[in-house]
Amino acid sequence: MAVVTETTKFGKIFWPVLAWIVALTFFFPIFWMVFTSFKTDADSVKPEYLFVFKPTLENYINMTDNYDYWRFALNSLITASFATTFALFVGVPCAYVMAFNPTRRTKDILLWMLSTKMLPAAAVLYPMTFLTKNFLNIFDTHFLIILVLCLINLPIVIWMLFTYFKEIPKEILEAGKMDGANTWGEIKDILLPLAWGGLASTALLCFIFCWNEAYWTVRLTTTDAATLSKLIEGNRAPEGLFFGRLSAVSTAAVGPIVVLGWFCQKQLVQGLTFGAVK
Amino acid sequence: MKSLRNTAVGLAIGVAGASSAIATDLTIAIVNNGHMINMQKVAEAYTADTGVNLNWVSLEEGVLREQVTSDTATGGGQYDIINIGMQEAPIWGAAGWIEALNFGSDYDIDDMLPAMRNGLSHEGTLYAAPFYGESSMVMYRKDLTDAAGVLVRDNDSWANIKGAAMAMHDPDNGVYGACLRGKPGWGDNMAFITTMVNSFGGAWFDADMRPTIDTAAWHEAINFYVDLLGNYGPPGSEGNSFNEILALYNEGKCGMWIDATIAASFLEVDGVAYAQSPNAGNPVGANWLWAWAMAVPAGSPNAEESMKFIEWATSKAYIKAVADHPDFGWGSVPTGTRASTYAYSEFQAVAGFAAAEMAAIESAAPAATDLKPYVGVQFAAIPEFPEVGIAVAQEMAAALSGAKSVEDALSASQAAADAIMSEAGYY
Repeated sequence: MAVVTETTKFGKIFWPVLAWIVALTFFFPIFWMVFTSFKTDADSVKPEYLFVFKPTLENYINMTDNYDYWRFALNSLITASFATTFALFVGVPCAYVMAFNPTRRTKDILLWMLSTKMLPAAAVLYPMTFLTKNFLNIFDTHFLIILVLCLINLPIVIWMLFTYFKEIPKEILEAGKMDGANTWGEIKDILLPLAWGGLASTALLCFIFCWNEAYWTVRLTTTDAATLSKLIEGNRAPEGLFFGRLSAVSTAAVGPIVVLGWFCQKQLVQGLTFGAVK
Repeated sequence: MKSLRNTAVGLAIGVAGASSAIATDLTIAIVNNGHMINMQKVAEAYTADTGVNLNWVSLEEGVLREQVTSDTATGGGQYDIINIGMQEAPIWGAAGWIEALNFGSDYDIDDMLPAMRNGLSHEGTLYAAPFYGESSMVMYRKDLTDAAGVLVRDNDSWANIKGAAMAMHDPDNGVYGACLRGKPGWGDNMAFITTMVNSFGGAWFDADMRPTIDTAAWHEAINFYVDLLGNYGPPGSEGNSFNEILALYNEGKCGMWIDATIAASFLEVDGVAYAQSPNAGNPVGANWLWAWAMAVPAGSPNAEESMKFIEWATSKAYIKAVADHPDFGWGSVPTGTRASTYAYSEFQAVAGFAAAEMAAIESAAPAATDLKPYVGVQFAAIPEFPEVGIAVAQEMAAALSGAKSVEDALSASQAAADAIMSEAGYY
């Protein structure tokens, strides 16, 4: 009994300390990025200004005045929001059917969907560029980026929703049916309110993935639909140490998503742990 | 009278409307470096003078190369002007992917440094105009060589370079004798390694374009490189390229650095001295040659306006415009393109490296020779080179880190290069 008490005491100290160490380790690069963004490019590489320096907003002013930050940010917001909405719009009915009316092929279809994530993006760069630019004429449009972001995240959206929906007893839906609910009513009035946490975390994760996507958003845009990923890409320099500027751009790019994650962390945790403990 | 006035006003409005309707927008893909970023500000005057709107798309070098290649290969249209390097210009010109450039007599093309003009041409036709250019040279700490009692000379022998690195090497006090590129990449470690191999009398290919990596010259050069950097370089050199070494150098941790001449303009350490690249008996190809140049993709609907902009951006007038700009000055002018830049006393006064840089560029030898039967110094101007270069770069980094022996790395490099060249149909 005494051993159990000691272990509990040890656990009470050990696990929070470990959690803090892990959290700080993960947070440190973000902290350093924000910290560096207030240094000039020259100061950002000088060891004498590693911790003590004269903070400046020069990089942020430069970013908004000369790099058109708001246009890139607006494009990110538009493409990530619409792509997430469309992905959920398609994903919810798909996951509903697979969770509550599975067929012999459901598992295969789920695996096939996941397997599309294994395709190296670079393998289809040329056909994608050719098709969208020369054939479909939708290169560098919001429509194309929304479509691409929606499609590349759809497998994850469906998988996540499928997992959450599977946790909901089918009998509840059947009871709804007995009370006269049609399929849409079942989804809208019973399923979605029950799976709200899962839906919110799926939407949030999908939005984060869309916001952070950097392969296609850089390569399928020029100016009109270019997102923050492209702004960051444009500030990386192989010859020259522009770390202050790059840190400011990166901070401004990840800032909105960090804030969103902060406000939605309850839903995120609730959704991610949904069904973890029975 | 009134109707005449109304007609005049109507015409004026009509002309103004028509002008705005035909105002040209040029989309320009640029590599992200200081000179290109400065150009965006200097070019505000160009827009004011001509009414041509300039949309800048700044990209990291690797992404730029990838995006510009895929755009050009699929018929263009994404960009009106593209930044390309010396590796691409002659190949793309020969393939008809980019337009031949024709400028007016005011442009003074004879002022362009011959090495740059030749490197960006195919069969005598200029396909890309250099915006800034560079070669490679030795940048060393004179205070350290003086204290150690050693000399670094122009075109020194590699043995003397090693001696100087050994004399300056003081890791206990955070000073490493030699800082050299080790990060894998055809434009990273292989840029330096190729010049070193050239100076040892080696080359990438023979006259039949068969790889010659597993030869005595390569063995000698790579063993020397691994020995020099492994023993007198900073730890983790296999992860270092230009930026990493620049940071180390400015922290006072490098006794010597052999790299792009452009680095000299970023150095903030006192007492830096310059010397022409070392060689082991073969000076041809011992220092590299590179330019970031501007080209017009074939079939661009705005080709005429694009050429006019390139003519302005690579002219003598542009260099003067940067020098006179309130935000910049002579210390910020793009170098390595025109002989006239080096003649300005104001430029010489602020650029202590000017003479060394120009000498390096002028001595760079990209033309094919019996020993190096292909165009290019630190690369071969063939489409397959990036693939070959990357494969070999990985092996060289493995040799440097000690994961492989030099012999095994060279043997694997030869096999990889042979497979690529054979598959490409060279033999």
